[in-house]
Amino acid sequence: MTRRPILLAMLDGKGAIFLGVLAALAVLVPLSNLFLPETSPLHVPTYAVSLLGKYLSYALLALALDLVWGYCGILSLGHGAFFALGGYAMGMYLMRQIGPRGVYGHPVLPDFMVFLNWQELPWYWSGFDIFPFAALMVLAVPGLLALVFGWLAFRSRVTGVYLSIITQAMTFALMLAFFRNDMGLGGNNGLTDFKDILGFSVQAQGTRLALFVATVIALALGYGVARYMVTSTYGKVLIAIRDAESRTRFLGYRVEHYKLVAFTVSAMMAGVAGALYVPQVGIINPSEFSPANSIEAVVWVAVGGRGTLVGAALGAVVVNMAKSWLTGALPELWLFALGALFIVVTLYLPKGIVGTLAERREKRKATATAKTAGIAAEAAE
Amino acid sequence: MTSPTLTNTVLYLDGVSVTFDGFRAINKLSLAIAPGEMRAIIGPNGAGKTTMMDIITGKTRPDEGEVFFGGMIDLTMLDEAEIAALGIGRKFQKPTVFESHTVADNIRLALAGARSPFSALFGARNRIAEERIDAILSTVRLTEHRTRLAADLSHGQKQWLEIGMLLAQDPKLLLVDEPVAGMTDAETAETAHLLKEIAHEHSVVVVEHDMAFVRDLGCKVTVLHEGSVLAEGSIDAVSANERVIEVYLGR
Ligand SMILES: Nc1ncnc2c1ncn2[C@@H]1O[C@H](COP(=O)(O)OP(=O)(O)O)[C@@H](O)[C@H]1O
Ligand SMILES: [Mg+2]
Repeated sequence: MTRRPILLAMLDGKGAIFLGVLAALAVLVPLSNLFLPETSPLHVPTYAVSLLGKYLSYALLALALDLVWGYCGILSLGHGAFFALGGYAMGMYLMRQIGPRGVYGHPVLPDFMVFLNWQELPWYWSGFDIFPFAALMVLAVPGLLALVFGWLAFRSRVTGVYLSIITQAMTFALMLAFFRNDMGLGGNNGLTDFKDILGFSVQAQGTRLALFVATVIALALGYGVARYMVTSTYGKVLIAIRDAESRTRFLGYRVEHYKLVAFTVSAMMAGVAGALYVPQVGIINPSEFSPANSIEAVVWVAVGGRGTLVGAALGAVVVNMAKSWLTGALPELWLFALGALFIVVTLYLPKGIVGTLAERREKRKATATAKTAGIAAEAAE
Repeated sequence: MTSPTLTNTVLYLDGVSVTFDGFRAINKLSLAIAPGEMRAIIGPNGAGKTTMMDIITGKTRPDEGEVFFGGMIDLTMLDEAEIAALGIGRKFQKPTVFESHTVADNIRLALAGARSPFSALFGARNRIAEERIDAILSTVRLTEHRTRLAADLSHGQKQWLEIGMLLAQDPKLLLVDEPVAGMTDAETAETAHLLKEIAHEHSVVVVEHDMAFVRDLGCKVTVLHEGSVLAEGSIDAVSANERVIEVYLGR
C-alpha cells in the first residue's frame, strides 16, 4: 500500500477546522486592526493582537508538550525550560539590535553588562546580532538540551513519575542558573527594553501584526509537523510505546531512539514558541523557567484533551483567557483556580474538551448506524 | 541420547543462575533446543519459567552461566531490541497488545522490517505487507476483527493477536508464556493446533500449566522446579517420574 496523499491522510475533521480557524485569524485580525474604526465592536486593538499572539505562542508550547505526553506518555514537567531557552535566544538577538541606543549608550554592550562593569561581550553572545544565527539557536539550544537530557534519561530507562521529577529539576536548575548575574544574561531582570526586530520597531503596529501572523503560521506549521509524525508509522510506534513499552522493545524497536526523536522535535517546537513570545510581550526573565510554568502547560493540555494536538492548542488559549480575566478580577485566586481546574478535568473530563467531543460524536455515529441497521432489518421482515 | 553440543542448537543455556535479593529464582539451569524443535516447559508456580524467558530475551541479566543463540551468539551481552532483531520473539504471560491500535496495526507494527525512527517517519508502506497481514489474521482467526481496536477484543482473542504478532515478526525462535491461560476448552484446543502449525517452520518453546494442552502439543517436555531442570522427556515419561509427581503432579 502506498501512503495516501500525505495532506489528505493528515487532515481529519478537527485538523481542517483548526487550520481553517488559524487561516481566518491570520487574515481577519490584521484586517480588523487596520481598517475597522476603533469604535467598531469588531475592532481588534493592537494590544489585543499581541495578547492573542502570546496565547498562540502558548498554544504552540502546548502542542509540543502533547506530542510527547499525549502520544508517547512522557509527562514532561520541564517544557517551560525549552520555551524559555528559545525565548532567551530571541532576547539576545533583540538586545544586540539595541546597539548604542541603551541608557548608557555603549556601542556594543547591553545596559546590564555596562552596569556590571563588564568590558567586553562574553563569547556566547557573539553571532546573536545576526538574525539567521539567532533563529538557528532558537532551535539548536533547546534541541541540544533535549537531546542530551533525553539520551541520558531514556537510555537509563527513567520513566513515569521519576522522569517527570527530573524534568522538573532540570527547569528549576536552569532557573537558578539564569538568576545569577555572572551568567551574563541579565540576571533576575532578564532581557528587555527591546527596540528593533529585523530593522522594524518592535512597538510599531505593523511589526506587532507581523509577529502575530508569524505566530499563527508557526502554530500551523508546528501542527503540520506534529500531525505528520503522529499519523506516520513512527507515530504508531510512539503510541505503542505509550501503551506497552516493553512489548515494543521485544518487537525489536529501540524505544529510547523513538522517545529521543519526539522529545527533541518537541523541545525545538517549544523553543520556537518562546522565540515568538518574547518580542510580543517585550521581556524574557528567569521566571519563565519556574516549575509552575511547566505545570501550567500540562494543565492546558489536560483541559484541551491529551493526545489530540488540536485540543492542546485550544486548551492553552482557553485557560490563558480565563487566567487573564481572573488575574484581572481576583488575582490571588488564580493558583487555586488552576489546581481546581486540573482536579475537575482529571475526574470528570479525563479526555479533555476535544477528546470528549470526539467521543460523543463517535457514539452518536455508532447509535445512528445501529438505528439504520435496525430499521433496515425491520423493513426486511 | 547424545548430549547436545553448542553448534547444533538454536538455544543453549548452560549453568545459568539468577538471584533476586538473595532468592535464587534460576539455579544452574541448563537447556538445549534443537532447530525446528517444539518444547514444552512445565513446572509449579514460581519455578522460574517466566524468569528463564526474561533471561533469554535480555530483560534480566543472569549472574552466571551461558546463553547462546544459534550456537554462537552470546545473548547475555545484548538488550531486548537487539535480541528481538536476531530473531527471538516472545509472547507474554499476561497478553500484551497495543490497546489503542487496531488489530491490523498491531500486526503491522510487528512485521519484520526496518525498525529505525527514520524509516518509520519517512518510509512508505508496501502492498506485500498488507498481504502478509491478511494471511496472518486468517491464521490466527481474527480476519473479521481487522479494524477493531485491540482493547475491545476478548481475552482469548488478545492471546491470539499476540501470537499473530509473533508470526509477523517471523522469528527463528518463539517463546510462548502460558498461551492458554483464561481460555475456554475449545479455544485451548484451537491454540494447540495453531502452535503445532507454527512449529513446522519455527523453533518454539511453550510454557504451560495446562497438562491436557501439553499432551495435545505432543512434544518433548522439560519440568522446571526451583529454578533448575527436574526431568525431561515425553509427557508420559515425566508424568510417571517419581520426583515430578512429588513436587508437582501429585499435589
Ligand atoms: N524481578 C523480580 N524480582 C524479584 N523476584 C522475582 C522477580 N522475577 C521473578 N521473581 C521470583 O522468582 C521466582 C520465579 O518466578 P517466575 O519466573 O515468574 O515463575 P513462573 O513463571 O515459573 O511461575 C518467583 O518466586 C518470583 O517471585
Ligand atoms: Mg510465569
